[in-house]
Amino acid sequence: MFTRVNKNNAKFVSISLDNQTVKVRKGLTVAAALLEANIGHFRQTPVSGKPRAPFCMMGVCFDCLVVIDGMANQQSCLIEVCEGMRIERQIGPADIIPEKPEDQGTKP
Amino acid sequence: MASSFLKKTDFKADVVIIGAGLHGCSTALHLALQGVSVIVLEKDYAGRHASGVNAGGVRRLGRHLAEMPLSVASAKIWQEIEGFVDDDCGFRSSQQIKVAETPEELSKQETRVNEVRQSGFHHEKMIDQQTLREMLPNVSPHCVGGMIVEDDGYANPFRTVQAFRLKAQSLGARFREGTKVANIKRERGIWFVGCHDCVVEAPKLVNCAGAWGGEIAKKLGENAFVSAIALMLMITARMPAFVTGVVGAEGRTLSFKQFPNGTVLIGGGHEGQANKDDNTTHLDYSGLAINAHTARTIFPIMRSTRIVRAWAGIEGMTPDGIPVISPSQADDAFHGFGFSGHGFQLGPIGGKILSDLVLDDKTNLPLEPFRIDRF
Amino acid sequence: MTQHYEIIVIGAGPAGMAASQTAAKHGAKTLVLDEQRTPGGQIYRAAEANEARQSVELGKSYENGFSLVKSFRNSAVDYVPGASVWQLSHEREIGYSKDGTAHIVTANQVIVATGALERPMPVPGWTLPQVMTVGAAQILLKESEIGIADAVFVGTGPLLYLVVHQYITAGIPVKAVIDLTPACNYFKALAHMPNAVFAMSRIMEGWRWKREIIAADIPLISRVDDVRILGDGAVEAIEYRHKSTWKKLDCDHVLLHQGVVPDVNISLAAGCDSRWDEAQACWHILVDEWFQSSVEGISIAGDSGSIGGGVAAEQRGHITALGALMRLNKITPVERNRLARPYQASLKTEMQVRPFLDTLFRPADNFRMPEHEETIVCRCEEISAKQIREAVDLGCQGPNQLKSYTRCGMGPCQGRFCGLTVSELIGKFSNKPVCAVGYYRLRPPIKPLLLDELANMKNQPEN
Repeated sequence: MFTRVNKNNAKFVSISLDNQTVKVRKGLTVAAALLEANIGHFRQTPVSGKPRAPFCMMGVCFDCLVVIDGMANQQSCLIEVCEGMRIERQIGPADIIPEKPEDQGTKP
Repeated sequence: MASSFLKKTDFKADVVIIGAGLHGCSTALHLALQGVSVIVLEKDYAGRHASGVNAGGVRRLGRHLAEMPLSVASAKIWQEIEGFVDDDCGFRSSQQIKVAETPEELSKQETRVNEVRQSGFHHEKMIDQQTLREMLPNVSPHCVGGMIVEDDGYANPFRTVQAFRLKAQSLGARFREGTKVANIKRERGIWFVGCHDCVVEAPKLVNCAGAWGGEIAKKLGENAFVSAIALMLMITARMPAFVTGVVGAEGRTLSFKQFPNGTVLIGGGHEGQANKDDNTTHLDYSGLAINAHTARTIFPIMRSTRIVRAWAGIEGMTPDGIPVISPSQADDAFHGFGFSGHGFQLGPIGGKILSDLVLDDKTNLPLEPFRIDRF
Repeated sequence: MTQHYEIIVIGAGPAGMAASQTAAKHGAKTLVLDEQRTPGGQIYRAAEANEARQSVELGKSYENGFSLVKSFRNSAVDYVPGASVWQLSHEREIGYSKDGTAHIVTANQVIVATGALERPMPVPGWTLPQVMTVGAAQILLKESEIGIADAVFVGTGPLLYLVVHQYITAGIPVKAVIDLTPACNYFKALAHMPNAVFAMSRIMEGWRWKREIIAADIPLISRVDDVRILGDGAVEAIEYRHKSTWKKLDCDHVLLHQGVVPDVNISLAAGCDSRWDEAQACWHILVDEWFQSSVEGISIAGDSGSIGGGVAAEQRGHITALGALMRLNKITPVERNRLARPYQASLKTEMQVRPFLDTLFRPADNFRMPEHEETIVCRCEEISAKQIREAVDLGCQGPNQLKSYTRCGMGPCQGRFCGLTVSELIGKFSNKPVCAVGYYRLRPPIKPLLLDELANMKNQPEN
């Protein structure tokens, strides 16, 4: 069980995890915030589909990868939470983000 | 090191092959199949350089016309590769498409396809924009069409080298890795190849030394202008399946494909720096940036993927961009090197040609354009 | 335009902060790139926040970092936090990403101060979600004031005991401590005791921490020579072998640690020469007395070259910077030598305790080279010890070929959590010394790079 050590007053922001709103402490990394919310696994590996969660918390292991605001493969231990952030567990290979209008490449 | 000749001969064989890249391993296999005793000398390990770390394209599409008969013959072996080497080499038969981004590029491709037809080959075809979109749903809408070979493919390069080598070994071919050739001498009709730790004696010699092929040729008294280049490649994190076959571009340098495991390989010929003295290569990020830009332009959905690794393999480049496949001017010696960045598909036939030359002094494929004395 | 600096320091831990301060003090135009959001590195992580909230649980050695961070903040360096370096070339060209944009910067002198990472600890079940490193638990405590209640601490090394102590001080319940320090290490370490006497206070501190665990009624299980973590999708229990008997302890969280090793990826990718250090069982980057590597203009400060700990890292940071300043003609060789003397003296004292610590806390062979063949070695590509043995049986001679055989080491962590295990395992299976087996050939990008960022670099004007 992940628990807060000092229960003094903190500020909170609202983020969503897989479309469910979660209130988390301001200033935390995405990884720390999701751990404190005791969400279990963060992703399922593209190789075997096994569940994983942060292992090193210092940017090395890549087990904390999640999808943030539509962008896959984000290291959640290096990114700070902010109000309205949309987070999804990363299941298997990272999904491709939908094409944006400026994606219509042309030959220069 | 003349001293190495003072030692007694350590190994004897009918044929000594220098270089355990794909062409060296393939030559060893074809010879071993004929019951010939072979020893292969490799200064590093089998498949260490271009043979083992290339993009793995098995492509007839867009070949130099001189290579076309060889390439077509090789494609037949590729289609049956598992029966030949007891391993599928990761080979997948698939389409190869070269996209055209402008009407000018499209008409250039039409001219090319007609030219190939007139030479008697009918595997290259044109496709229009709608067909292109159907075949590659994620291709950028600005692409106007392209040319295609429906049954080319791709394979796993290192696994392919390994499969040829293991099959040759199972038939008695011997491989000595970490054995660099220091000198070559011919006495009484026998080649003596001196290495740092042994001397190999064989009546016939084959030079499959890739980027180092020029140095070996020089030891035989011949000049072949082959320079070392480092062709850069990069690979992405796994992505859901979105593209089949191999994709190139008419107006840009690109080789693009997605493996069954979801990773996408981006390459095509941007060069880093190669140092063939110490085996090192250095990546040039401005070249990789152009390559990434091209990939994003042709497939806009690539923008959010991550490049996990980049690397380069050392390859031999000739001035005219086609290989040396030729008897040497010295007796009983043969060359097959300098494939200039497109030798992987030719590997299976390259070994057959060299074994034919070794055993019969002739082959039924046209080799005139590949003579060593053309330079 | 590509920005140019006289000195670029990669990392803002003790070595990086010390190096950049010294560099700036002598007038070098200095840039510091650091992946974390605030300075301090791992050892002094979130120092500013903890000073502000007057945390008590982190201890005195952590508080030593407060003044270092403060003087770093006050020094005349350009500091870019949140910068992920993905390239260092032998021509000292550095590529880094910040907020989704790639940048290229160049320098006359580069100081790599990327620190250490925890040694991989491949035991069965170590990939389960509720298994973390002890270092990760400490980061959560320092940076986020989060504790993991009722976790089992497993392993060896000073950090393990330090974090247990911090947990007890902070009132976070600890389920058990399983000590994997091999019994024979105590005798071997005694031989190094005379040199370590000056550090007696620290050694005594370690004993106090142990006594504190017992006093807190936390089970402390020593002389354990094998462990496996059980669970299907989540940790359910840990099994451990104590005096030839397997015992089982139900638990929800396991925290692993068996020492730290240099983070050498960036130096190796830049082409710096390295050697295998048998005592520390890891790779060291070869450096001269000013910590310059075999690549001219690239120096390695602190634990990213070889493990010396936080205090040594600070001294090494200063010395490294003085070497770089001399090469930039900012100071004369005489000045350099004079200025370096006090740092060299403290460094020498500090390093005297290393042989003792390295011997005492050298992890047992079976925790570096897993004997349970199903154990995952490469976490990213999920390659087991068995698959590595099979590749060696097929003729695979080294880590680079292993990649081609199995994809081992080809995932996003780029071998950081399997490289040491792989080199040692191949050595074991093929009966070769690790130095002959070698390490992965590393290439930039040393961290995965967004394709968009790379593609956008095409449009950057050259300078």
